[in-house]
Amino acid sequence: MTRRDARAFWLFVGPFLLGLAVFAYLPIGWSAYLSFFDARNTVTPTEFVGLGNYGHMLTDEPFLSSLGTFSVFAVFIVPLTFVLSLALALGVNQLRFARAFFRSVFFLPFACSYVVASLIWKTSLFSGVRYGLANTVLSVFGVDPVAWTGTVHPPLYWVVLVTARLWLQLGFYMILFIAALQRIPVQLYEAAWLDGAKPGWPVFRHITLPQLRATAVAVLLLNLINAYQAFDEFYNIMGDARGYPPFARPPLVYLYYTSLGSGGQDLGRGSAGAVILALLIALVTVLQGRVLRFGRAA
Amino acid sequence: MQRNRRSFLALAGMGALATACGSNTGRQGDPPPSTAYSAGPPPSDAPKAALQQWYHAYGEEGVQDAVKRYASSYPGAAVTVQWNPGDYDSKIVTALQNSKVPDVFEAQVKIDWVRQKQVLPLDDVIGPVKGDFSPAVLAAQTVEGRVYGIPQATDTQVLFYRKSLLQAAGVQPPQTVDELVDAAAKLTKDGVKGLFAGNDGGVGVLTGPLLWSAGLDYLKNGNREVGFDDPRAATALGKLHTLNANGSLLLGAPADWSDPGAFIDGLTAMQWTGLWNVPKIRQAFDEDFGVLPFPKLDGSGAPSVPVGAYGAMVNAKSAHVTEAKAFVKWLWIDQTQDQLEFATKFGFHVPSRQSLIGRADNLKSGPAADAARFVQENGHLVGGPVWTQPSNTALSDAVAKIAKEGADPAAQVKTAVEVARSELKRLFG
Repeated sequence: MTRRDARAFWLFVGPFLLGLAVFAYLPIGWSAYLSFFDARNTVTPTEFVGLGNYGHMLTDEPFLSSLGTFSVFAVFIVPLTFVLSLALALGVNQLRFARAFFRSVFFLPFACSYVVASLIWKTSLFSGVRYGLANTVLSVFGVDPVAWTGTVHPPLYWVVLVTARLWLQLGFYMILFIAALQRIPVQLYEAAWLDGAKPGWPVFRHITLPQLRATAVAVLLLNLINAYQAFDEFYNIMGDARGYPPFARPPLVYLYYTSLGSGGQDLGRGSAGAVILALLIALVTVLQGRVLRFGRAA
Repeated sequence: MQRNRRSFLALAGMGALATACGSNTGRQGDPPPSTAYSAGPPPSDAPKAALQQWYHAYGEEGVQDAVKRYASSYPGAAVTVQWNPGDYDSKIVTALQNSKVPDVFEAQVKIDWVRQKQVLPLDDVIGPVKGDFSPAVLAAQTVEGRVYGIPQATDTQVLFYRKSLLQAAGVQPPQTVDELVDAAAKLTKDGVKGLFAGNDGGVGVLTGPLLWSAGLDYLKNGNREVGFDDPRAATALGKLHTLNANGSLLLGAPADWSDPGAFIDGLTAMQWTGLWNVPKIRQAFDEDFGVLPFPKLDGSGAPSVPVGAYGAMVNAKSAHVTEAKAFVKWLWIDQTQDQLEFATKFGFHVPSRQSLIGRADNLKSGPAADAARFVQENGHLVGGPVWTQPSNTALSDAVAKIAKEGADPAAQVKTAVEVARSELKRLFG
């Protein structure tokens, strides 16, 4: 690399590296540091508590139950997103007309703010009053208004949370699948056709799906990580100015209230929780990658 | 999320105050003058210190202009007002950690701020006029006997009810919690729910009133003991499950408890909401509504209303603490007319200086007068400076599980008591 090349490299890459260091690596490092201190209402603590904050978080019922909440959410959202985005991709990819239009239509929600979408879901589609859209539809069938976000038995709030996220992210994963579908050589299908295979489940099962394996694994990994990091729609749909209910409280929401809650910032325990969560995500991601043989040839 | 003047109740506790003292005009009826703090505005030829004052974003029109006007008319310093939309309470605690800004801000003090030496005591500012403030409002700004904020205006919440709907259903305004539960059930018909107390089923706003209804509190004995370690707490909080389970609560309304929309739109016959909604509700129903405190649990309990107040506070790390304290004294002790305007012109709030309540014309009759009386007779502080976030989360979780999931009230209360006790041990040993 010439000196000129090096200068150009640092000119373009430098600002991003600097931003990454200042806004990502430094906070992560500082957070790890804080996790070993009693850091209530301070980012420059002096009282070293060793693994005390970790011990507290690992026995803290609300934190552990928030991990359970995530698990329920992941059980719903990961397979649903996978299957529906793949189905959408297959459908849109087979269109002969207006393919670009439908591709755009389904992708567009991905550009929408999670906060805006959450508020629409909460106040318009699934509001608990008689003129909410869902309740208006139900009223046609003589069903009384349903308190979607306030009903715990059965847990109808999951309908609101899951549909909001599906609407927001299906389009993105659909695009990934469409790109993968378009990379499958047509000759494979032609050969199968010559061998007597008819379009349908056998071709999908033995040609399309194996060819999508790399993308499918990536989608599963991204989905799981995104589920762990769920915050915006939960916070805006389930929370209010007074706080947040213990049910449907994912880890990031709990850690937000622990670390940044008004009046009581416990940055030590919040940081310990964040480190635990990061390690958990890394562990699960590695395990999932190994089980699904991520990165290996089909 | 932009918050209005009442929603600070929703976040921290409650609030209030407003008015004044000072100005030492000698007119009859004026509050007593302050002589507590001698640092006055510097001579006019001296260079002025630059102060920054923070407010959260009040929703009522005109408040921002008013507080800017107050600041610009202060002769002792160049005061810049910063209006803060969004999560103000989190922003302020973050700013206090290592920043010299803001110099002056509104908040409700927390004991951890005092322990971290983030805010200055203002006993010398409030001085001999301290007795003019409502005790509950002053308690919101007091930690271990020292005052850290000058209350700016008092707010409260009451039970609004439609007289005509209660009459049609043959229901009397409820005087006990059981009567409230019965009334809510009887009023639930024809698409109208009996009671709206927030989309969380009353967990956020009714926890305090339910404890007070049984004669209990968050903390007791000078904030050194848990105040709800009592079987009556489970009994009272269990009533919230009855309300949630029998279908008489409105849930999932587009706007939450602090907004009068559900009540005005006829979605509910009763609503627990703030005094600030009186003008809108009167416009909708004229005289067809009344207000009540939260009822007593039984003969051993008492009716109640929550009170709360943001107070003007001084950042201990400010580069101009003397000037900041002088400004706070000038605005929130001496400028009584401004304080009265701040409390009453832009909405319905109760001046927390008791000597000023009589000067608030819009609080002299009707439901507003009733509510102002409830504040004086039945006012309680929600939580308070020693009620920490972990304690609050534990109690809130417990009440949510009781109300929404039908969990055993005694077991849930016990869990919350243990957390609160642990926090008190951390704070006081």
